[in-house]
Amino acid sequence: MSIITEKLRDLANRGETGLITYMTGGDPDINSSRSILRSMANAGADIIEVGLPFSDPVADGPVIQAASNRALANGATARRILQMIAEVRQEVSIPIVIMSYYNPILQFGLQEFCVQAQASGVNGIIIPDLPCEESELLRIYADKCGVDLIPMVAPTTTPERMETICSSARGFIYCVSVAGVTGVRDHIKTDLHALSSEVRRYTNLPLAIGFGVSGPGPARDMAPFCDAVIVGSALVELIAEQKYEEMEKLITDIKAALQ
Amino acid sequence: MLDSDVLKMYAQEGYFDKYGGRFMPETLMPALQELERAYIKAQTDKSFIRELAWYLENYVGRPSLLYPAQRLSKHLGGARIYLKREDLNHTGSHKINNTIGQALLAKRMGKTRLIAETGAGQHGVATATVAALLDFECVIYMGEEDTVRQHLNVSRMELLGAQVIPVKSGSRTLKDAMNEAIRDWVSNVDNTYYLLGSVGGSHPYPVIVRDLQTVVGRETRQQIVELTGRLPDAVVACVGGGSNAIGIFHPFLQDLEVELIGVEAGGEGLDSGRHSAALNKGRPGVLHGSFSYVLQDQEGQISEVHSIAPGLDYPGVGPEHAYLKDIGRVRYTSATDSEALEAFKLLSITEGILPAIESAHALAEAVRMASSMTADKIVVVNLSGRGDKDVESIVGYKGGHI
Repeated sequence: MSIITEKLRDLANRGETGLITYMTGGDPDINSSRSILRSMANAGADIIEVGLPFSDPVADGPVIQAASNRALANGATARRILQMIAEVRQEVSIPIVIMSYYNPILQFGLQEFCVQAQASGVNGIIIPDLPCEESELLRIYADKCGVDLIPMVAPTTTPERMETICSSARGFIYCVSVAGVTGVRDHIKTDLHALSSEVRRYTNLPLAIGFGVSGPGPARDMAPFCDAVIVGSALVELIAEQKYEEMEKLITDIKAALQ
Repeated sequence: MLDSDVLKMYAQEGYFDKYGGRFMPETLMPALQELERAYIKAQTDKSFIRELAWYLENYVGRPSLLYPAQRLSKHLGGARIYLKREDLNHTGSHKINNTIGQALLAKRMGKTRLIAETGAGQHGVATATVAALLDFECVIYMGEEDTVRQHLNVSRMELLGAQVIPVKSGSRTLKDAMNEAIRDWVSNVDNTYYLLGSVGGSHPYPVIVRDLQTVVGRETRQQIVELTGRLPDAVVACVGGGSNAIGIFHPFLQDLEVELIGVEAGGEGLDSGRHSAALNKGRPGVLHGSFSYVLQDQEGQISEVHSIAPGLDYPGVGPEHAYLKDIGRVRYTSATDSEALEAFKLLSITEGILPAIESAHALAEAVRMASSMTADKIVVVNLSGRGDKDVESIVGYKGGHI
């Protein structure tokens, strides 16, 4: 079993909901990123998503767009971010997942990227602009390297698509809580119970809900419907202001709410 | 009304050989599939075909003229140049051929809100126009830089009842407007139709927009035969995303004796790094939902691009053009900002026609070609839009020395 799946199943067996935290790699620069990754792990994250910055992030709201711009302006590249992950790998034992748009990975070389990701200690890849129709080749390479290609489902996903997506899923199912871009929201209208039951009809893999989770309260509200919650923009906002202690505290508080 | 080989393209499931595809967030995939189904249904629906034909004739003003540019041809002393006058369409460019068709499709799909990206503002105006005509709410995304250099079109859109949102991210031009339109669509996909203006983007857009623009080429083919008794030697069109070019090229693809030439924006020169010539200088990658030639750096980050023509100022190009380049059926060249300006001036003073600065790129190539061709040769140029919108920025260009 993949170590990502195993991690989330272990938590579920202990009655806990997992916490997946997101950071943009290289934001604001590679050195800070390295220590942010360490602090996220120390503060209680169960899995960390490291974003590769992209010039045209169409699935992201203003907070993560700004983070991508900061990272790119300070010279972040896929290689440097993988190198940074490799450097902290001895200290950080929890699963690490790369989140990237497709083009940077395509230009890196699909196979080469999977090889390098695996060598750097990356356990999974999430690509928001790579739907199941286009993902077969990358999944073949990722499978060979033992890296999970984690798919996304959305509130708009039809049952037929859900079945197709789940049938080739690895690691966990990334469930987008709202039709929209990343970013903190006050209120989520989606019927998460219905969405998660629908996903669970087609797979036994763990299910993580992301997009819009701002703090312990909303995370606790989501917990009944998933195995993990994903928190991104709320943390990236604090990183933007270099409020690293507050970021750690937010992680600790959310994790406590999920236990 | 649709070409028979359109259906052949469908057999390839959204690809033109290896180019195309649908690289979009999952949230939008069901909407793209719904759009594809609705379009396939509409294609064989007689009432849709009739309705579209009616609007093209009675509202857009089709067929547009194929005009023999005799003074320009005489001035150049070579081939005879004919201009396909898409600038004479209602709203002043070829863009309305597409927006009227897609808006009718959106109506059938029960959508109530149209959104679009625009560069020069021509597609934005054409979208705002059909939104007014067919009673849609309308939001247009336009790069902040473009709202300045094309502010006349911003006012036109607002007068037509559309909301124009200046996009402040990235290079503040067409690419960024498209990012923002996609973000809007992801967030409002239930009631919103994304009316894409060019042949880029995710499948099925490159096919839908191409089909709706082929009216230009079908008319041209018929008109040139009526006027001259034969097919032209060459057809020239400018290429940004590539909709006017694919529209006029497509009905000639099987006529191998007709040379097809796409003209990209050479900006300050292809070696200056300041241009928008994706087919000439880019390499294959994924941008805005399709795999095609893209101007990008080694890391796959999309490049900042430049052109005097806001409608060509885009780092990507439609996937069908990538395919036509690779098989060698279309020759893709470029014209610089100053060559386009020269052509703009030349057409203005020889024929009394102000071309859009985008279309002036195609003219620049025709000017280059025509003078070395004999007088029995025929070159057709797609005059895709009119230049009123460009007057201010051209007068302002390089301190007013036009």
